[in-house]
Amino acid sequence: MAAPRYGSPLKRAVTFYIPLVLMVGLTLFPFYWMVITSIRPDVELYNVKANPFFTLYPTLKHFHDLFELTMFARWAWNTLFIAVVSTAISLFCGLLAGYALARLQFRWASPLGTMIFVTYLVPPTLLFIPLGDVVKAFGIGDTPWAVILTYPTFLIPFCTWLLMGYFKTIPREIEECARIDGASRIQAMVRISFPLAVPGILSAGIFAFTLSWNEFLYALVFLSSPQQKTIPIGVFTELVRGDVFYWGPLMAGALLGSIPVALVYSFFVEHYVTALTGAVKG
Amino acid sequence: MADQSIEPILAKSATQGASAIPAPVVVVAVPKFRRPRRMGHLLEQEHILAGALLAPTLVILTLFIAYPFVLGIWLAVSDKVVGRPGNFVGLQNFWVNLNDTIFLRAFQNTFVYTFIATILKLALGMGAALLLNHHFRFKRIVRAGMLLPWIVPTVLSTLAWQWMFDATFSVFNWTLMNVGLISQRILWLGDGTMAMGCLILVNVWRGMPFFAITLLAGLQTVNPDLHEAAEIDGANAWQRFWRVTLPLIKPIMLVVVLFSMIATFADFQLIYVLTRGGPYSSTHVFGTYAYEIAMRAAKLGQGASISLSLFPFLLAVIVFQLWYIRRSD
Repeated sequence: MAAPRYGSPLKRAVTFYIPLVLMVGLTLFPFYWMVITSIRPDVELYNVKANPFFTLYPTLKHFHDLFELTMFARWAWNTLFIAVVSTAISLFCGLLAGYALARLQFRWASPLGTMIFVTYLVPPTLLFIPLGDVVKAFGIGDTPWAVILTYPTFLIPFCTWLLMGYFKTIPREIEECARIDGASRIQAMVRISFPLAVPGILSAGIFAFTLSWNEFLYALVFLSSPQQKTIPIGVFTELVRGDVFYWGPLMAGALLGSIPVALVYSFFVEHYVTALTGAVKG
Repeated sequence: MADQSIEPILAKSATQGASAIPAPVVVVAVPKFRRPRRMGHLLEQEHILAGALLAPTLVILTLFIAYPFVLGIWLAVSDKVVGRPGNFVGLQNFWVNLNDTIFLRAFQNTFVYTFIATILKLALGMGAALLLNHHFRFKRIVRAGMLLPWIVPTVLSTLAWQWMFDATFSVFNWTLMNVGLISQRILWLGDGTMAMGCLILVNVWRGMPFFAITLLAGLQTVNPDLHEAAEIDGANAWQRFWRVTLPLIKPIMLVVVLFSMIATFADFQLIYVLTRGGPYSSTHVFGTYAYEIAMRAAKLGQGASISLSLFPFLLAVIVFQLWYIRRSD
């Protein structure tokens, strides 16, 4: 769509710049709030009179407390380990399944594709109670494997769906040329199609990584001991005691827990957007 | 040489085919897919290859989706509590739900939350997408920054919102009081209606970027020539949006709305973190109430029946979406 043209600078300010600045401001304000809260001393935080928008006495005490009084470093490691392993499992499964559904001709291709799409839409809220029993029955309750093996239930359908769409955009002829040159079916798949799908794999991987980094419900239900928790669960359960909120360390933890995904995202923003829109288009 | 290498494969694939597919009908049906210049054994391989490639996915999805789903249905018709085997009780749990005022409130809340939030996300997301479709300096940075609420862990950003809604130290109250608009603190999360409004606000803040970026991708596929043609025919900006842009991006819009509706309908974390279903159980939705009953009150059967109540609505949306995708294919 062509960008609309404007008459006067005033009109452009009213219809474009002011809404844009408002939108960006409202979007980013909560992040500013995290930052400013995490560096203001408690004396200021809990003073109704003090101007809450900035501080003249910034402090790192809340970050210090976060690492001293909670197992934040451990949670960060858990979150990273869980996100990396469950993303790897999901990419492996999704790559193979996506290829099979997009490229191979077999009787069940269409119903299986539909089935995987439907599981993509099944939310954790529907399954967490029975899944808790399943996890216990396998003896992996309160271990990282409880979530590493359950996150793929929503990551694999997503990866499969995205990569299936991606494989469909790669011309079949490229593989057929390789076959004529003597490559076997599997060689053509691994040596020709998979390398061409790397941008799709990257998109799916980044999206899967952020989804598992951010997951809450399964981690809340399946992980209970403090040393097993992920950042979202740890910050929420260990820094809120009944009605008492430790706002300084809470916001410090929220900030540190958000930075890694924001960084990964900022490096691969185009891939992330591809994954986001690709998943919707199917 | 060539014959020697092909023959064992043929023999092998024939036996594999026989053991994997006992019904001869299937063996007859296979050549239907046969493409010219392809040998029969390769087709057999493709069939088997597909099975091998799909196996890991199917194992995980069966163990952790299909099986729990069936188990969930069993739990919903049982009186299972933590630490004791359950007995079949028929539809009693569902009957209890229908006579439970908190459940009925949660039911109503889920719909209110989903519909209002989705409409607002669509309207604001469309506005944001139209703004981002302009050419301006720092466009890439603005677009990247816009998505942040969608990227960062919802729990962590919701905690920031909770601090902003704090009964005593709310930044909104501080600002409004200093500007002179209010003289008494507003208790943002103090009553059910107000708290529901805050939940919707945070949900819109979090979900709007997803709408904006996806709709922006849709807008970028609209051919500028169509706009020029409409402009020459005398259509103003408003008419061009309604008559040209909107019909063209309607498919992607519908899919985004359906995706978002499912996610909002089944939301748990945002509500659980911000209000925990309170005050006085007035802001529960299906997800949080199921958690409350199953995990805190340890009534697994009752809890499962609450989360299973989500299913008919999810099914309706999924069936509609599948129908729509089929039709547009």
